[in-house]
Amino acid sequence: MTTSVVVTGLGVVSPNGLGVQDYWAATRSGKSGIGRVTRFDPSQYPAKLAGEIPGFVAEDHLPGRLLPQTDRMTRLALVATDWALADAGVKPEELPEFDMGVVTASSSGGFEFGQGELQKLWSQGSQHVSAYQSFAWFYAVNSGQISIRNGMKGPSGVLVSDEAGGLDAVAQARRQIRKGTNLIVSGAVDASVCPWGWVAQLASGRLSGEEEPTRAYLPFDGDATGYVSGEGGAILIMEAAEAARARGAKIYGEIAGYGSTMDPKPGSEREPGLRKAIELALADAGVQPGDVDVVFADAAAVPELDRIEADAITAVFGPRGVPVTAPKTMTGRLYSGAAPLDLAAAFLAMEEGLIPPTVNITPSADYDLDLVVAQPRTAAVSTALVLARGYGGFNSAVVVRSVD
Amino acid sequence: MSGRRVVITGIEVLAPGGVGAKNFWNLLSEGRTATRGITFFDPSPFRSKVAAEIDFDPEEFGLSPQEIRRMDRAAQFAVVAARGAVTDSGIELGAVDPYRLGVTIGSAVGATMGLDEEYRVVSDGGRLHLVDHEYSVPHLYNYLVPSSFAAEVAWAVGAEGPSTVVSTGCTSGIDSVGHAVELIREGSVDVMIAGSSDAPISPITMACFDAIKATTPRSDDPEHASRPFDASRNGFVLGEGAAVFVLEELESARKRGAHIYAEIAGYATRSNAYHMTGLRPDGLEMAEAIRVSLDEARMNATEIDYINAHGSGTKQNDRHETAAVKRILGDHAYRTPMSSIKSMVGHSLGAIGSIEIAASALAMEHNVVPPTANLHTPDPECDLDYVPLTARAQRTDAVLTVGSGFGGFQSAMVLARPERSVA
Repeated sequence: MTTSVVVTGLGVVSPNGLGVQDYWAATRSGKSGIGRVTRFDPSQYPAKLAGEIPGFVAEDHLPGRLLPQTDRMTRLALVATDWALADAGVKPEELPEFDMGVVTASSSGGFEFGQGELQKLWSQGSQHVSAYQSFAWFYAVNSGQISIRNGMKGPSGVLVSDEAGGLDAVAQARRQIRKGTNLIVSGAVDASVCPWGWVAQLASGRLSGEEEPTRAYLPFDGDATGYVSGEGGAILIMEAAEAARARGAKIYGEIAGYGSTMDPKPGSEREPGLRKAIELALADAGVQPGDVDVVFADAAAVPELDRIEADAITAVFGPRGVPVTAPKTMTGRLYSGAAPLDLAAAFLAMEEGLIPPTVNITPSADYDLDLVVAQPRTAAVSTALVLARGYGGFNSAVVVRSVD
Repeated sequence: MSGRRVVITGIEVLAPGGVGAKNFWNLLSEGRTATRGITFFDPSPFRSKVAAEIDFDPEEFGLSPQEIRRMDRAAQFAVVAARGAVTDSGIELGAVDPYRLGVTIGSAVGATMGLDEEYRVVSDGGRLHLVDHEYSVPHLYNYLVPSSFAAEVAWAVGAEGPSTVVSTGCTSGIDSVGHAVELIREGSVDVMIAGSSDAPISPITMACFDAIKATTPRSDDPEHASRPFDASRNGFVLGEGAAVFVLEELESARKRGAHIYAEIAGYATRSNAYHMTGLRPDGLEMAEAIRVSLDEARMNATEIDYINAHGSGTKQNDRHETAAVKRILGDHAYRTPMSSIKSMVGHSLGAIGSIEIAASALAMEHNVVPPTANLHTPDPECDLDYVPLTARAQRTDAVLTVGSGFGGFQSAMVLARPERSVA
């Protein structure tokens, strides 16, 4: 019998809400966190909008000694972890230290910290580079810092598969729990809203150049011109179901299935891998397409990629066969943070019986999707599918399910 | 799918001192060193001026002009190593279901070299805070997010199964292979192209290791600068490279008559939850990783014939892992040769763990244990058999390889012969 793995705590840091309550209050009512970039002057760049997290004051949450050695994304991740642990009712100091691990995803590491140190290197000289550069920017930093802050000595890890990584990390956390570790902190937080990160993101050619926030990120809309990027994500406390029940924990739901594929090399005649990833996730969860109550789409808002995603969903579920939503239209794409945030949204949708909307879009008739637009939709949600795709062809899918 | 066992059937290594697994093994078995004064840029402003660089011409290894343009050096290493490993294994990948063929590539610092170079341009030498996108290369996103390494390897081998980059600092090279092993064991895939790559020898990396005095200042004697376990050691020598393996499920590897280098019998990773760069001298967490990896292999510590050490050559590391090994192997630790190939090829961060797995598998292949070069005066606190200076011929049926890294990660892997009797 395979161990059932459940989520017992959520920590959310999102452009449209800090903390689970604020995030859900905004998301269920369609409130967006996308606006003009404020962290630097974006005037000279072809993309000027972002999902920035307002009002996050790291000093209010973290000891001062951590600040000089951490990028913004690490501070956000540490605080999200604190909140997730509190939500789960877990006090790490009371648990066996080797029985807790940390598996996160990262896309670009502490890129803003890195820009600062590169600037010192090239403008002032190598002696001016911070001692913290050796770890503050690299991809492993969040798992390392979370494990240290919370005394977690069990199996840890870090996966990088662009936006798909957020689901890959959750799947790896489930694997580690099945191998015998009772609790894993998982999920991801990314942030590279700094000029250097911006220029690197622009190189993908996928950022929307629209300046009106309600017109910029329009997946599955005929006017789609690319996406708006953002910062943030979610941290999930994952536990072996038995252990969670034994301690009387509140359970959001189960990580029931996972599938992952790569697209074939560009130019190949073979089909993109997303449909296969969905089928693998459903099979792993032991559910039929008809059992799925909602799909949280990857929602690239690049017409070619929207087409591939719509075709994959339609191939599995039939034309307009399942409600599809993209609450990330309210946050922007958060790279590896996006899918963990969608997992959080899926659990909250189950809890309330309400599918959050995709905002601002007018669905194109070219796609045979039942998109939940403008208003949230009341619906019993007990099984949800979350999709995430990464630049370069990564496809991951996770099925979550409520538990009785 | 329980009971599936995973073996190495193909190996390719790009390491300083000569590209290719054969050149790599010759270097190790002859105890030569590949550390030298830095040639990639002017090292004079830096405290540490030595590195283990590879003389690598991507065109010579079959990369096309467009592949070279869009890939950071570390991605180029990964692709060349992946192709070499597939050739070495003799596997016909066209006969494998593409969805059951996956890729894991480890890397600690991703496209550092490309990022450092491109930053310098878009910032106009550090002058512009609002860096200029009009000067950026079209493939900068591939440097921003190093999952591009896994994508490139997947394209190179035709993989459409689970693919990712594993980035756990200096244990990435073990953890990437360990991750791949788990995917085959659980039945998600049948074949994995797994390994790791890093090309960190750039000004920003040298500067940040200078700042914490992690790298050696022994710049006047570069060939002897990497001195693990020696009393005179004073930091590691930065290296670069890649190693990639073809991993297969044992029975299907046997069925196709594959040459099997070794079984990956056990793997575990733990965290010290202590400090991003510091280590406690007791080695407790690395010891736990070793213990669990032996358990998973269903082997006793006394069955280990050789330990491939992390052996970075920093004061704290070499004591830390000596303590960890003693904790699990007990008296057997004193009878078991344990060497650090970083004395010869430097420390290539996320790549070295895979390069050391390659060294471990080749030690089994040749029944020769590679030495620790430059070890003349052992640190009294490092009192095991570190195989000083000269390789040693000995029957080698089981190897333990360990890694330790920033972020507190401690990993261990056990390689063994698949024909051993499993309890």
